[in-house]
Amino acid sequence: MSLLGKLDWSAIPFDQPIIMGASGGMVLGIGGVLAWVTLKGYVPYLWREWITSVDHKRIGVMYIILALLMLLRGFADAIMMRSQQALAAGGAHGYLPPEHFDQVFSAHGTIMIFFMAMPFVIGMMNFVVPLQLGVRDMAFPTLNSVALGLTASGILLTNISLAVGEFSKAGWVAYPPLSELQFSPGVGVDYYLWALQISGVGTLMTGINFVATILKTRAPGMTYMRMPVFCWTSLAANLLIVAAFPVLTATMAMLLLDRYLGFHFFTIDGQGNPMMYVNLFWVWGHPEVYILVLPAFGIFSEVVSTFSGKPLFGYRSMVAATMVICVLSFVVWLHHFFTMGASANVNGFFGVMTMIIAVPTGVKVFNWLFTMYGGRLRFTVPILWSIGFMVTFVIGGMTGVLMAVPPADFSLHNSLFLIAHFHNVIIGGTVFGLMAGYNYWFPKAFGFKLDEGWGRVSFWCWLIGFYIAFMPLYALGLMGMTRRMQHYDVTSWQPWLVVAAIGVVVILVGIVSQVIQLVVSIRDREKLRVTADPWNGRTLEWATASPPPPWNFAVLPQVTDIDAFWKEKQDRRGQQTPVSKEKKIQSIEMPKSSPTGFVTAFFAVIFGFAMIWHIWWVAAVGVIGIFLVILVFAFRADEEIEVPAEQIARFELANAAETAR
Amino acid sequence: MSTVTVDDHLYGEAHELAVDEKRVVVGYGFWIFLLSDIVMFSAFFAAYAVLAHATAGGPDGMQLFSQRSVAIETVCLLASSYTCGLMQLAVTSRRYAVTYLMAFMTFVLGACFLTLELREFSSMIALGAGPQRSAFLSSFFTLVGCHGLHVAAGLIWLAVMMAQVLIKGLYDATVERRLLCFSLFWHALDIVWVWLFTVVYLMGVLS
Repeated sequence: MSLLGKLDWSAIPFDQPIIMGASGGMVLGIGGVLAWVTLKGYVPYLWREWITSVDHKRIGVMYIILALLMLLRGFADAIMMRSQQALAAGGAHGYLPPEHFDQVFSAHGTIMIFFMAMPFVIGMMNFVVPLQLGVRDMAFPTLNSVALGLTASGILLTNISLAVGEFSKAGWVAYPPLSELQFSPGVGVDYYLWALQISGVGTLMTGINFVATILKTRAPGMTYMRMPVFCWTSLAANLLIVAAFPVLTATMAMLLLDRYLGFHFFTIDGQGNPMMYVNLFWVWGHPEVYILVLPAFGIFSEVVSTFSGKPLFGYRSMVAATMVICVLSFVVWLHHFFTMGASANVNGFFGVMTMIIAVPTGVKVFNWLFTMYGGRLRFTVPILWSIGFMVTFVIGGMTGVLMAVPPADFSLHNSLFLIAHFHNVIIGGTVFGLMAGYNYWFPKAFGFKLDEGWGRVSFWCWLIGFYIAFMPLYALGLMGMTRRMQHYDVTSWQPWLVVAAIGVVVILVGIVSQVIQLVVSIRDREKLRVTADPWNGRTLEWATASPPPPWNFAVLPQVTDIDAFWKEKQDRRGQQTPVSKEKKIQSIEMPKSSPTGFVTAFFAVIFGFAMIWHIWWVAAVGVIGIFLVILVFAFRADEEIEVPAEQIARFELANAAETAR
Repeated sequence: MSTVTVDDHLYGEAHELAVDEKRVVVGYGFWIFLLSDIVMFSAFFAAYAVLAHATAGGPDGMQLFSQRSVAIETVCLLASSYTCGLMQLAVTSRRYAVTYLMAFMTFVLGACFLTLELREFSSMIALGAGPQRSAFLSSFFTLVGCHGLHVAAGLIWLAVMMAQVLIKGLYDATVERRLLCFSLFWHALDIVWVWLFTVVYLMGVLS
């Protein structure tokens, strides 16, 4: 047995110019950033203030940076797929060979779901939820940092697969028997499995952390029925994480045992049962859809109510709808594979349950519409994304209800109609929501607004580009085109695919505009500088300075109503002469920064990489390393650091004009 | 205009997460973790239930399971839960000797359980009934082995905790919180074992 397991020079695809170009660019990019940071002497600052930080706001920002980078990576895959399919009709075979095309669509799905949407959503919740709850940090700050580290480890492993070895060719769902050793003997599926296992553990930690934070630590007076809707939807999403991600972990563990130790969970021989994987996968997979979209619903609720200048219509029904969706999401998984061959009654049950989910979702849409009705709408960038969402998401929802009818699904299953449907709800729902939230909370995070003009350009390009890119796919699905085709003989499909490719270019312009928006905003930050409450907000995050101090609130707010901050502003306006209010500032104990998360992630990457390449002794080093990190953490002397009252008072005075209440 | 004054009182309303409440938050978070762990076990249980008869012509539970050995394992694990409970009482009343003694007994009983389980596994593998033999055996080894791994992790945890008691003492709030979590963990493993005993061993011999 070799000292380096299966790893040797043949793992690096020197003969593939596209892959070598991409991975060369990636290595140069990362190397360039590292060199620049080192030369400029930023390393100590980054280490002290960001990498070892356990501040929920910093961790949230880092999650979102990762997500934005992965959006670029996943979108590059999308461009490759669309251009390949626009070219490879009839006799033409395009520029991507089948084994490369298969990796591209597998990587696209895996990256967009696990490493773009998930970190984006989790980053948003990290930044916003403790601020909205009126508290100073998460329930378990160091665990939060470890979770970020493990997510980053999964991302790193996936991207290493570009340069060393290969990625999975079995799609983002990795169904067996194709993903078994017999049919996928390479390391691709192992990269997929270990990346998801490691980041999945991080996601589970996040879920536990948020449930404990939201249920156990809230500002005095914030009862459940006074919680902002974004906190409610985050609670629902994290309950789903806690209840669904362990199933994914177990399922992937079974597939790993099949691949590494010759078990027979999903193999063809030994009486394994491949369909069991499909069931277990979607027991996680359907709740996952709601993990992604419920927080987006929360963002829309905040944005629509703020920019309509009205309280959210039907707060209680919104909360109820959220929790109903949370429960129902566990009884619809079979609609992902009606064609499995279950009896008509089973398919009928899951079809009906799926259609029932449309009811609470419809309640939500009407709530947003009635919130805007009679309001004085301000057409800012976040509200544009919200309105774009309402139109787009309703279309996607209707095609979903259509596919919930089992007989219809038999002809639409795995066709491009399905692809169009789920992009319609994930882009129209989750991505639009995240973009609304990004524009809405950016000034809170950094103290200056994002440029409005470029924000609008970006929104319109995304919206129009989305329709040009995905509406043709509905038609193609009805014409019989299935998903994941590297090449096709039916030349009448080609014009539609060319249109779809043009749509992707329009979305590209939208993404480029977003990059420009960020650059321009940073350049003009002095002009775009804002105070604590730039949007005339309603919830507690707008009550503290922008950016907030590490302790969030010098004195914890007293909550007496829904829209606590709005209530406070109203009360203040009622008084003719503002009463001089004394704030009693006390010293605050804050959790201490800790390198635990970073070091854990370091060993997790070593462990994952070694397992993928069967380098057992290095994997053992990784495990022992993680164990030692836990030991060191367990024996550390003090967990908290005291921020002296004088320092807080100084900050409060400096920002008095901003946070005067 | 708002004015700012500095108040040097140490325990006021600003200290909303005082020692007491942190214990509640940590215990609560750990409960949520245990729930998620039980969800993971339920996935392995479901896989076992689906594959219980997929023996691929190999041996089934009736031929393989030794009820005597499983009965002794069960007694060990349940007794270790009892001693763990006694340890928890000793921790709350800060009695060091009883804490160490009960922790030691919990450890020994847990280790006995693990040894018996490993002996069962190795005798099955020696008979040619390893996890590679059939889907049924794959799911059996995974389900029971996953529980065994948890017990092993619990033993390591307990050993580390005793080192912490030795170094930091029982008056340390962190140590007390962690011991509380440990005992929750240990009891949860007991509950999983009761299910395992029923679904795997009892129902396996019945059918």
